[in-house]
Amino acid sequence: MRLPLATRLGARLVALSYLAALVAVPVGLVLYRALAPGLAAFWASVTTPAAIAAFNLTVTLLAIVVPLNVVLGTVTALVLVRGGDFRGKTLLQALLDLPFAVSPVVIGVALIALWGRGGWFGGIADAGFPVIFALPGMALATAFVTLPFTVREVEPVLREVGDEQEQAAGTLGATGWQTFWRITLPSIKGALTYGTLLTVARALGEYGAVLLVSSNLPGVSQTLTLLVHARYHDVANTYGAYTAATVLMGLSLATLVAGALLNRPRRTR
Amino acid sequence: MISVTGATKRFGDFVALDDVSLDIPAGSLTALLGPSGSGKSTLLRAMAGLERLDAGTVVIAGVDVTHVPPRRRGIGFVFQHYAAFKHLTVRDNVGFGLTIRKRPRAVIRARVDELLELVGLTGLAGRYPNALSGGQRQRMALARALAVEPSVLLLDEPFGALDATVRAELRAWLRRLHDEVHVTTVLVTHDQAEALEIADRVAVVHQGRVEQVGEPLAVYDRPANAFVMGFIGSVARVGDLLVRPHRIALRRPGSPPAPSSGAAAGWSSPGDGVVTVPATVDRVARLGSETLVELVDGAGRRFVARLARDDAEALDLARGDRVEASAPRDPATADFIDYSI
Repeated sequence: MRLPLATRLGARLVALSYLAALVAVPVGLVLYRALAPGLAAFWASVTTPAAIAAFNLTVTLLAIVVPLNVVLGTVTALVLVRGGDFRGKTLLQALLDLPFAVSPVVIGVALIALWGRGGWFGGIADAGFPVIFALPGMALATAFVTLPFTVREVEPVLREVGDEQEQAAGTLGATGWQTFWRITLPSIKGALTYGTLLTVARALGEYGAVLLVSSNLPGVSQTLTLLVHARYHDVANTYGAYTAATVLMGLSLATLVAGALLNRPRRTR
Repeated sequence: MISVTGATKRFGDFVALDDVSLDIPAGSLTALLGPSGSGKSTLLRAMAGLERLDAGTVVIAGVDVTHVPPRRRGIGFVFQHYAAFKHLTVRDNVGFGLTIRKRPRAVIRARVDELLELVGLTGLAGRYPNALSGGQRQRMALARALAVEPSVLLLDEPFGALDATVRAELRAWLRRLHDEVHVTTVLVTHDQAEALEIADRVAVVHQGRVEQVGEPLAVYDRPANAFVMGFIGSVARVGDLLVRPHRIALRRPGSPPAPSSGAAAGWSSPGDGVVTVPATVDRVARLGSETLVELVDGAGRRFVARLARDDAEALDLARGDRVEASAPRDPATADFIDYSI
C-alpha cells in the first residue's frame, strides 16, 4: 500500500522530529558543550587521573564481562536449541529474561545481600577477598544486566538455520568440534556480532547496579558512567561531565562501527 | 551392501519403525517408497546414523555400524532441502569432506573439479549456494556426498523440493550417474513414478514396516497386499474386485462388447473370470493418448477406468450415460480386501 504524498511527508516529519528531539539534539548539544572550549581543554579534562582510571575500569569490566557473556551465551543458546527437551528448560528461559525485566538497582541490592558482609557468601569478603565495593562485584553486576543479549540474538538464528547443515557436516566426516567451528559458528556470525555489540553497549552504559556495588571512589572504583554522574552531581564540574560523556559516546560509536565492519555483506565472486 | 535387522524406533507413542529388516544389495539403486509418516525417512536416517535405533542393527559393507557415529560410517547423505553450507562456495562445499580429512590442497582441487564436471557445475565453483537454482544446489550436494567416496549413498527425498520439470531431469540424470558410478544407493521417495522410473529395487514402507521388496515391475504386477497395490500405481474397485484402471472395459448395456484394447481379455465370454457392474459416467477426461472415465457404481462408489483413446471415441461417452464396467479377476490380487473405501 502506498500512502498519499501528504501523509507520507507528514509521517516522515513526525518520525524525524521525534528522533531529533529525543536523540540528535541532546547528543549534539553534549558534543558541542564538550568540544566548544577547544580540543586542548577537552583533552585536559579527559586525561585527569580520575578520568583515565574510569576509562581503564570501564574497559577492564568490558574485557571481563563481554567474553564471558558471549561465550556462555552461545553455549546457553546451543543448549536451548540443540539440547533437546530437559527438565527446567522453561524455567531457564524465564530466568534468562529476568535481567530485561528487573531494574538494575534491584540487582545491586541483591548482590549486596548475597556477597556483602553478613550475606550468604559474605565470608569471602571477611577472608580478605571483597566482592562488594570491589571489581568482582561490579563485574557481577555488569554481567547480570548483559546476560540475555547474546543468548537472545543467537537462539532464534540457530533455530532458523536448523541442524541439517550440521548433520551434513557429520556425514562428511566432521567431528562435533569441527562442525561447530566450520558450520555452526559461521552461520550464527551475524547474530553473534550483534549480540556482542549489544552486550558491549549495555555494559558501557550500566549505571544503577554498578553504582550500588561500587565504592564510587574517584580514581579507584569509578566507571565512566559513575564519573559522569560524580562530576556533574558531586563536584559540580558540568564541563567535565560533558567531556566524560563524550568519551562514553565515542566508545559506543567505535563499537557500532566495529560491528558494522565485521558484518559487512560477503563479497560474491 | 546394507543389512538392517530388527530395526525399531519410537518417537513417544508413535512407532516409526516396527521391527524392520531389509537387505540392500551392493551396487543397487533401491527406493524406499511410502506415504509420509510411513517411516521410510527414519529407516534411511537410521542407516546413516542420524537416528539412533531403539532396537536392531545396521551393517554396512560387513561392519556392524549400529553404534558408530555418521562420520565414521563411510556414507554419503543428501538431504531434501540440500543442506548447502551457505557460507562456503560451491568448491568449498564439495571439498568439505576432503578438507576435514586434511587431504593436500592440490588433490582436493583436482577431485572437486572432477566432481563438478560429473554433476555439470563446472564454471560455478566460485559461486555461493544462494546464487544457484534448486536443481544446481542438489547436484552440488550430490557431488559433496560423492567426494568422500562413500561405500553407500543415501538420498532423502532428494528431488522433493524441486519443480516437476527439474525433478524429471534430475531423476534421469541420477539414473545415468548411478550407471556410471555404481555406488550402492538408497533413495527415499513418496513418488511411485519416481521409484518405478529409476530404482532397480523398490521397498514399500507402510506404518513402520516393509510391506514388500522387489523389482519395480514385479511389485506392480504382483503386489503383496491391497496397500502396495494401491500405493504403486492407481487402483479401481469394480464390484468386490481391486483392479488396475487400464484393465477395465466399458460397454453400453445390451450392446456388443467394444473392441477392447486387449486389457480385458475374456470380456466376450463373461464367466467366473470377469466381474461386471453397472455404472454411470460422471466425467470424461481426455488426456491425449488415453481417456479417464470417472464412474459411479450402483452403491455410489466412484472409480476410474482408463481407456485407450480409440476405444473411448468408439463408445462416445458423456456424463450421465449408463454403462457396464467389467474387469478380469487376476489371481494375484483377487482376494485383496479394499482398505481405503
